Amino acid sequence: MTRKRRRMIFVLTGMVLLSAAVGLVLVAFEESVTFFYSPSELAAETPPLGRAFRLGGLVEEKSVKKLEDGLTVEFRITDLAESVAVRYRGILPDLFREGQGVITEGKLGADGVFAAQEVLAKHDETYMPREVADALKEAGQWRGGEAKE
Amino acid sequence: MIPEIGHFALILALAVALVQGSLPILGAARGKQAWMATAAPTAVLQLVLVLTAFLALMHAYATSDFTVANVVLNSNSAMPMLYKISATWGNHEGSMLMWVLILAAFGAAVALFGANLPAPLRARVLSVQAWIAIGFLAFSLFTSNPFERVFPPPLDGNDLNPLLQDPGLAFHPPMLYMGYVGFSIAFSFAIAALIEGRVDAAWARWVRPWTLAAWCFLTAGIALGSWWAYYELGWGGWWFWDPVENVSFMPWLMGTALLHSAIVVEKRDALKSWTVLLAILTFSLSLIGTFIVRSGLLTSVHAFATDPERGLFILALLFVTIGGSLILYAVRAPALKPGGLFAPVSREGGLIINNLLLTVACATVFLGTMYPLIAETFGYKATVGAPFYTATFVPIMTPLIVLMPLGPFLSWKRADLAGVVGRLKFALLASVAAAALTLYLQRGPVIPVLAMGLAAWLFAGAVIEWTGRVKLFRTSPAESLRRALGLPRSAHGMTLAHAGMAVAIAGMVASSTWKVEEILIMRPGDTTTVAGYDYRLEKVERLQGPNYLSDTATITVTRDGKPVATQRPEKRSYFVQNMPTTEAAIHTTFLADLYTAIGDPDGKGGQTVRIFYEPLVPWIWIGCLMMMLGGAVSLSDRRLRVGAPKRKSGAVPAAARA
Repeated sequence: MTRKRRRMIFVLTGMVLLSAAVGLVLVAFEESVTFFYSPSELAAETPPLGRAFRLGGLVEEKSVKKLEDGLTVEFRITDLAESVAVRYRGILPDLFREGQGVITEGKLGADGVFAAQEVLAKHDETYMPREVADALKEAGQWRGGEAKE
Repeated sequence: MIPEIGHFALILALAVALVQGSLPILGAARGKQAWMATAAPTAVLQLVLVLTAFLALMHAYATSDFTVANVVLNSNSAMPMLYKISATWGNHEGSMLMWVLILAAFGAAVALFGANLPAPLRARVLSVQAWIAIGFLAFSLFTSNPFERVFPPPLDGNDLNPLLQDPGLAFHPPMLYMGYVGFSIAFSFAIAALIEGRVDAAWARWVRPWTLAAWCFLTAGIALGSWWAYYELGWGGWWFWDPVENVSFMPWLMGTALLHSAIVVEKRDALKSWTVLLAILTFSLSLIGTFIVRSGLLTSVHAFATDPERGLFILALLFVTIGGSLILYAVRAPALKPGGLFAPVSREGGLIINNLLLTVACATVFLGTMYPLIAETFGYKATVGAPFYTATFVPIMTPLIVLMPLGPFLSWKRADLAGVVGRLKFALLASVAAAALTLYLQRGPVIPVLAMGLAAWLFAGAVIEWTGRVKLFRTSPAESLRRALGLPRSAHGMTLAHAGMAVAIAGMVASSTWKVEEILIMRPGDTTTVAGYDYRLEKVERLQGPNYLSDTATITVTRDGKPVATQRPEKRSYFVQNMPTTEAAIHTTFLADLYTAIGDPDGKGGQTVRIFYEPLVPWIWIGCLMMMLGGAVSLSDRRLRVGAPKRKSGAVPAAARA
């Protein structure tokens, strides 16, 4: 076996692997990309029903309430221009509080309430998720101390 | 006074790094012994200076010196001493200083233990090491000075983020950084080799132990981080495919590939330019790992200390380091002479397949992690989560696990595949048995059945290879023992690491498939049953900690009326930052974890309680520990310490004539 032929075999193996991986990645992207919406964007366009997406913004002041069962929580996520009602069953992250930036992932229900499967708040309370900061800026509501570009 | 000494030492360290980065490498180019000889003393001096700076900062933290801004922002006089110390690196500035300290320590180690390196190679390696140090010392001094003072000093500090006040997280960053920065040695050797235009077996013998050491630390760091997330966040999960986790995982994947390809360079003098490329990529990914999340480019729920202001500096640094080394590679790599021939079915071929699969797997993780940036370029915001990685990473890793037990049986140059498969028939049997057992226990979906079979295949394959070497049961026990003692340590290490991988895989599969989760409101006296265990909430009481208040629940766990454990999950509220944290209670049986966490009271005398039944999760940590030990045992191999051969004196340096 010559050096050239040996190299060809490995190059071909590599190509096959790589194309298989590209195929997997493309299919996976198709199925698992999670789009991010701010409340204003959600008001402007309806995302495909039945598909999970992320909704982020600030937890609206005085909007958090616990339902009768003691486990389900309802609150509103706002970008200070629009707001969306969110329902979540489970234990909220430690840093979840009113006025704080939050990202939720779930589906929009037929009743217009966003059914969150996951609620993510940062470990560090001084930090605002970038998507949330951008959403606030787009809604013209950014009051951050320093502009970050 | 002491903080100023620290600051001054840091400035001196930068000056020393400038000398170390220029004189030795110029000396190597011009053949001037005296210039090259400056490499080792400057490397040691640099370590002394950076260590002085680090100790000065640690002193400020330990004595709660609130005239230093960094201490004010991240410490508090009421914190226990352990966290006062660990707060030194629990923030951006301090962690940068630790990064540079570890870099200097590795450089000094090359200077001290590399006495048998050829002088020009050692000079070049240490100079490259100094270039990295210059970048990060400048970054630290100009954008993240940890020694800035405040006046007037406040009475007390802002406290360390309560999530970081945890023994697991106190030691997670040092481990992780020792892994990341350890790869800088492989990188410096690769750059030096490109400049010299020579890679040979001796080069690989110097690179491999450093890579192995870095890999062990990185494995420990990742495992610690994952373990911390598991018990501290109260979500009962150990891996979330979050950017922060992914960026530490990518250098691990690449480092694993590098570890294996360096064997081929050492034993067979082949795959040289590929190994050099892997060394560059591994360290590049380590840099990305340290900085991309910190630069604020990617959003992560787990990120601490982000600061987009410094992002530009970081990106420029990444660009110069990664871009520069890749350009150097493109120009110089063709000059590296190709080495020994081998057939596709051979040990070399097997290790190439290992490398290809690991690299492609790493590429999918990279794509997934960077996807938000790609999406943003096209004008929309999106992320990919766990389903993406399950659909891409897992199918690519599966053939790797299937082939893993075969590799060690293949002989160099040309191997007999049928013979190897024949020797693994017992592994196949074990695999079928494990699959059948899984099917019998769960009667559910087919994928976990196959996955458990695969884990058993890998484990049995590793064990059979080892028993074959020591001829267990085929000769007298005394003879087996003699053979086991005679085996090189690296052989034991490999078996341990491969078997550890199998154990970890079994844990990952089981815990993600058969986890049981229950969230409910319980009042004192209530009982609930999860996965056959009865949980009874006895009481919830308020207790006082050193710098927090705690609501501690007492839950007794019984099975068929027999007591199993008493669990005391907590919800803590830290005074200074007014921040709650969850402290889960975990009782492990080694076959499963019984995991409880409490949430808020419902205001009507009840308490939100979260109960998980986590099968085989302890196996993940045991597996990681085995991999780490395997690496350490390998590292203690005599061949890697004293066996590093001198280069043949007659060999003419194959200087690049490109």
